[in-house]
Amino acid sequence: MNITKKGKFGRFGGQFVPEVLMPALEELEEAYERFKDNPDFKKELDYYLRDFGGRPSPLYHARRLSEKYGLKVYLKREDLIHGGAHKLNNTLGQALLAKYMGKRRLIAETGAGQHGTATAMAGANLGMDTEVYMGAKDTRRQRMNVYRMELMGTKVIPVTSGSQTLKDAINEALRDWVSNVEDSYYLIGSVVGPHPYPTIVRDFQCVIGNEVRQQIMEKEGRLPDSIIACAGGGSNAIGTFHPFIPDTDVKLFAVEAGGSGLKCTDKAALHSASLSVGEEGVLHGARTKILQDPYGQILESHSVSAGLDYSGVGPELAYLAETGRILPVNAEDSEALAAFHELSRMEGIIPALESSHALAYLAKAADSGELGDIVVINLSGRGDKDLEAVLEKVGQL
Amino acid sequence: MRISDKFIELKGRKEGALIAYVCTGDGDTGEIVHALVKGGADIVELGLPFSDPIADGPTIQASIQRALDAGMNPDKYFDMVRKLDVDVPLVVMTYYNLIFKRGLEQFAKDCSDSGITGIIVPDLPPEESGELAGYCEKNGIDLIFLVAPNTKGSRLEDILKRGTGFLYLVSRLGVTGARADVALSTKEVLDRVKTDTPRAVGFGISSGEQAASVFKSGADGVIVGSAFIDIIASGQDVTGRLQALASEIKSSLR
Ligand SMILES: Cc1ncc(COP(=O)(O)O)c(C=O)c1O
Repeated sequence: MNITKKGKFGRFGGQFVPEVLMPALEELEEAYERFKDNPDFKKELDYYLRDFGGRPSPLYHARRLSEKYGLKVYLKREDLIHGGAHKLNNTLGQALLAKYMGKRRLIAETGAGQHGTATAMAGANLGMDTEVYMGAKDTRRQRMNVYRMELMGTKVIPVTSGSQTLKDAINEALRDWVSNVEDSYYLIGSVVGPHPYPTIVRDFQCVIGNEVRQQIMEKEGRLPDSIIACAGGGSNAIGTFHPFIPDTDVKLFAVEAGGSGLKCTDKAALHSASLSVGEEGVLHGARTKILQDPYGQILESHSVSAGLDYSGVGPELAYLAETGRILPVNAEDSEALAAFHELSRMEGIIPALESSHALAYLAKAADSGELGDIVVINLSGRGDKDLEAVLEKVGQL
Repeated sequence: MRISDKFIELKGRKEGALIAYVCTGDGDTGEIVHALVKGGADIVELGLPFSDPIADGPTIQASIQRALDAGMNPDKYFDMVRKLDVDVPLVVMTYYNLIFKRGLEQFAKDCSDSGITGIIVPDLPPEESGELAGYCEKNGIDLIFLVAPNTKGSRLEDILKRGTGFLYLVSRLGVTGARADVALSTKEVLDRVKTDTPRAVGFGISSGEQAASVFKSGADGVIVGSAFIDIIASGQDVTGRLQALASEIKSSLR
């Protein structure tokens, strides 16, 4: 719809990658065009999403939260999907595509380990060799996720270059792909990277928004007034928003990690709000909004939630923010932590710290009236993975 | 000095070009460049360090990190290049975001003002290069494209049409770094890529022996980076050994 032939969303997107990868991206684009509407492929993917992944996920009316904030709040329960997050929608789709393409090996990057875990699940289930790059710092912070991946037969490779976090893991995954393009498939974890990845990942995540649409029509007989989702790379956000983009009465809020405030030091940002305050640049193959210094060196990002801790954002989100169709907002670490505790106590659901940012925006904006009467919040994941991080933070408070 | 003039000069002497890459700001770049040129380097590629160098292997990544830690940035880079007093073509190698952030036109002007006559951007395929190519042309600078072992068909033709200065043939699928085996694919690529633009082969070449075999296969030059950077990283007799290695490789190209 907004996409031109060369994979641009307005002036965002594109393919800024080493020459070696250009033929691989071409092959990927052709394969995706060939298989995405292929009845066998669709049937198989639907089967895995349903019987392996647990789809459709419920749209839950959060009664007590609704009472507190004086509007009707629905939670899209991606936390109930196998693995505990929306990430599996994408990894099943791409792993199956890789299989149809005749690739035998999957490469992925991971920050906190959520996408790595979802890739490990798809890889094990489809019988493919799986290797996941993870910043050495993150492998220490997220030991349990490393172990989860290893249990499923995935090889986790610690990355010691650069800042040893997600952006460096992506760099290393790209370097691996450059060296092994012939038999390997790079399974990227969000709507970032060179064309066609932002489109492919969005399409596989649109299952969220398509279900929301049907479910809200069944429950309310009308569309919601607003939809809120957190945005790191932006895959759960665009997957939820995209089916509603033509419905201009539905407000779409992308909540970024405000970290400890929208400020930067020389080497690092104290936040991950690339959509809100980032500048235009080129990172990991795409022109988009990024956190960078005045020379264009990439700044490290910060967030209490590892899944939002990324210096870039998907190019389609950058485009939609610029046209005003989606509204970039943010929630700081402390606000997300408060929302984390609130949902746990009031609804008996422990949300992922990423999703807690979306919940935090409800708390921030409910009084202003800008959310309208019916709001859908995408609960992108469950918080079991975050208990250690939260304990540590609460200890510090 | 323009790159094409250098290749004409070398052709007259039936020599292959030694193109040396180093990362600016890792060590004393002025001394390093002089040693390389004294040893016989015909063209020098001066890396402008970027925080996220996805096309580079561990050796050059580490060099880039040292340069960044030592405070190298694009302003200092152009100052330093301007002061270099060598009579060989100078080429900047950097990633696209640094060019984009400075502004494409400004970057091309800064290159021209500081004596740079070529630009290599490993993450800028021809599909995205139109705008920069325009400013390069205006400023008398060659935009140098890479050709990989898997670059074929209409994309290859397109690159051959656009390429100026020299074509950078990547010897194998992978990132930069010295390798014992400079793949067989080198010969295959040289046989396949027919053009009047000089063809230089890079990624993995680290010795005179390898350079000789690439030269015999029909290349007009070789690009050597990681092998020089290993010497710089060692900190031991850097200029002496750089000059010696440059001279060893250059002598295999005659
Ligand atoms: C539960 C959860 N939500 C959100 C995200 C952020 O990713 P994206 O913005 O691509 O949805 C992550 C990433 O790991 C996650 O695990």
